[in-house]
Amino acid sequence: MLNYTLRRLMFAIPTLLVISFIIFALLDLAPNDPTGNLPLTIPPDVREQIRQSLGLGEPFPIRYLYWLQQFFINEPLNLLERMFGIEIGNSAERLRIRSWATRSPVVDLIIERMPQTLWVVGMSYVVGILIAIPVGIISAYRQYSWFDQIGTFVSMVGFSVPTFFTGVVLIVIFSVNLQWFPSIYDTTLEVTGWSSFWAQVRQMVLPVMVLALYNAAQLSRFVRASMLDNLNQDYVRTARAKGMKERVVLLIHVLRNSLIPVVTVIALGIPTIFSGAIITEQIFRVNGLGQLLIIAVQGADIPLVQTLTFIFAVLIVFFNLIADLLYGILDPRIRYE
Amino acid sequence: MKRFTALAAGTAVALALGAANAQAERGSDGNLNVLYWQAVSVLNPYLSGGTKDVEGSSVVIEPLAKYDEAGNMVPALVDEIPTVENGGVSEDLKSITWKITPGLLWSDGTPFTANDVKFTADYCMAPDGGCQQISKFQDIESIEVIDDQTVTINFTVPKPFPYTAFVGAETPVIQKAQFENCIGANAPNCTEQNFGPHGTGPFKVVEFRANDVITFEANEHYRDPAKPSFATLTLKGGGDAASAARSVLETGEFDYAWNLQVEPEVLEQMSAAGRGQVVTSFGTSVERIEVNLTDPSPDKGENRSTLEAGPHPFLSDPAVRKALSIAIDREILVEAGYGASGQPTCNILPAPENYASTNVNWCLEYNPDEANRLLDEAGWAPGGDGIRAKDGVRLSLLYQTSTNSVRQATQALVKDMWQQIGVETELRNIDAAVFFGGDPASPDTFQKFYADVEMYTNNFPGTDPEAYMAGWLCDGIPSPKNGWLGANMPRFCSEEYDALVGQMAETADLAARGEIAKKMNDILSNEGALIPLIHRGDVSAHSVTIDGVRMNSWDSELWNVADWTRKE
Repeated sequence: MLNYTLRRLMFAIPTLLVISFIIFALLDLAPNDPTGNLPLTIPPDVREQIRQSLGLGEPFPIRYLYWLQQFFINEPLNLLERMFGIEIGNSAERLRIRSWATRSPVVDLIIERMPQTLWVVGMSYVVGILIAIPVGIISAYRQYSWFDQIGTFVSMVGFSVPTFFTGVVLIVIFSVNLQWFPSIYDTTLEVTGWSSFWAQVRQMVLPVMVLALYNAAQLSRFVRASMLDNLNQDYVRTARAKGMKERVVLLIHVLRNSLIPVVTVIALGIPTIFSGAIITEQIFRVNGLGQLLIIAVQGADIPLVQTLTFIFAVLIVFFNLIADLLYGILDPRIRYE
Repeated sequence: MKRFTALAAGTAVALALGAANAQAERGSDGNLNVLYWQAVSVLNPYLSGGTKDVEGSSVVIEPLAKYDEAGNMVPALVDEIPTVENGGVSEDLKSITWKITPGLLWSDGTPFTANDVKFTADYCMAPDGGCQQISKFQDIESIEVIDDQTVTINFTVPKPFPYTAFVGAETPVIQKAQFENCIGANAPNCTEQNFGPHGTGPFKVVEFRANDVITFEANEHYRDPAKPSFATLTLKGGGDAASAARSVLETGEFDYAWNLQVEPEVLEQMSAAGRGQVVTSFGTSVERIEVNLTDPSPDKGENRSTLEAGPHPFLSDPAVRKALSIAIDREILVEAGYGASGQPTCNILPAPENYASTNVNWCLEYNPDEANRLLDEAGWAPGGDGIRAKDGVRLSLLYQTSTNSVRQATQALVKDMWQQIGVETELRNIDAAVFFGGDPASPDTFQKFYADVEMYTNNFPGTDPEAYMAGWLCDGIPSPKNGWLGANMPRFCSEEYDALVGQMAETADLAARGEIAKKMNDILSNEGALIPLIHRGDVSAHSVTIDGVRMNSWDSELWNVADWTRKE
């Protein structure tokens, strides 16, 4: 197992390098311009100077190497300094990856926004799982019952209706008509007592529900399918024949075995938490990573887009490995040699 | 009213507002919630010329003089606007002297002096700084600090309109003490300064979150002790225009929302809720179709869309250009895409009053019959497929614009209108960042103009059209020789026009400048090199509980945020 993990980790390095090169090259080749969104009143020669000052005068390979150095050496060093309050070498002179739009270090922007994404999108993932597992179990156990039919219908709706639609529908119902929840996430709110905690809960309700519906829809289908596979297995008949209670058969024997593929699906989905739910964050104005990415894309803030997408790539590679390892741990039949 | 001197106008406004809120007190109205759906990235207009960043900064840092909603200059950090009459502008028009109001303080309590003004100019003009407002500092030879209260700007050439630097929200004064180490290549590295500049404006920054939200509080050193009446200001960003409108007009979560370019019927429906009010103002923005007078056909190779390619096969015919213009029903375009924020126009220079020509209005009347007659007369006869042709040249054109739902709707309508006079139109839209990006390597920029007609909006900052009108000089034609730079997209070239541009550069008298500008407008619009469509306004909305909003297209919309109050 350890051997296997190490081998996979070693293999991840060239994979990530190739990914980083592809991301960098793609964004560089894309016909986009950081001065494109400036008012037309700024004359072209000034635009040219702006491009030069952003470092676009350097040839592509040089910029790529700079970026590699900044991402893999300078930024980690900075993080270490920040965490332990120490100084390593000449930190004032160290070049950092800077966003073109805000002119501030990209990593600081990401750190500032990470908590909101983890709270809102992470919470919706947890809520989604909590809804999906019982719904999936009951749907499978009572296949074709009215509960299963309704569950199937709701998950089809949740899965096929895009979040930009459900989000706006919920805003119109709960913010405009009923006025129960705010439609805009107040990112300056600090939880200091019960009333601000309540305000925080209220403003999280709509975005979390929108995403939870989507996540639950997907996962509950997985749980249901996997339960159905197992319910027909011989060991279930054996368990029942031994006179075990139905609850034990279902929740201990069947559920445990059914959750193996579900756990992998959940693990593989975790990187999407970090990439934020781009659209949902934009609709509710949650200042998370997804919103950061979309603003960067719109503004042609290429260093920010490159760094964010690459971080997502790292997370995907990492959680793929975790999912594989979890599979091995949970299912004794699978062995990595 | 417009004839008031700027000073008198400013005083009158101050008095009027003072009377309305006799007992107003600084900070008595709580929090003001403002939504800019394009989030503010940085509070330094020298590093980011985007409108959202300029306007966000304008509540903190201020220029020496601002523009009011009618486009008149009003003093901000000075007592009066320098002119030739009051001796502030030299007789030879080569220098301007600003006298700063005594006793002004920065938000950190230190005095505001002429040194700060000089420093700001040095900051922007420093090499390698990538200053985005450098064009406002063009032709400045030197800046002299006469004493703490007086600063003189010397120009290399006579400047009939010397109010470029330090007038309007694009060029505010920044504090020398704070930005001293941020000059040139260091400018972007000063994150702390760029996110939290000290200012003279009504508010100061408490917390800045890039691309998200800024919290401000009242500046206790603001020059008017009774203002601002709001204790705090939250400037939130993100989302889109439609949901921004909803948050003011329907849910009432916000007090002010900026730039609500959404379908008119959507806005109307939202304002029916009665929580907010839509406000519009008209600046100089004109949505126009520019006509390519050179041949854009691909077989011209490198010379495509340049003077070398020769005249356009059919758009060089004035009858065709005129027919295309009167075949467009501008009223319908306004109704479909702009509502209260648009007016049909035939002029490329529709404002300010002093410069706006009213002579050209032949295109306002939608007249497809006349268009057909013109084409018939010019020998363009309908072919078997209904498309007109002459000598084997079909009236079939490629019509490009940037990607934007209103523009695509306009394109579809225009295509249909042109179909009715026997002109075939192929539509194309290009992502705005590419279209306006100006990358010389891309074939899709509006400068390269590899199409027959293209549509977009342009305007100019401030109120003086000289530089803008000079864009249509023969020299301004984009071509490979000048790296495709230049604003003369139609490739229009006329000696008469060039002479007028030269004349304007030597004229100081405002009335005479107005006359020249009008002549230039008439030439461009009558020639049909440009087909003006819609005079576009800015649309915002404010809550019915907010008083004092004076919607402004000439300066930041938040230019008078110090005067805003909350109704009881």
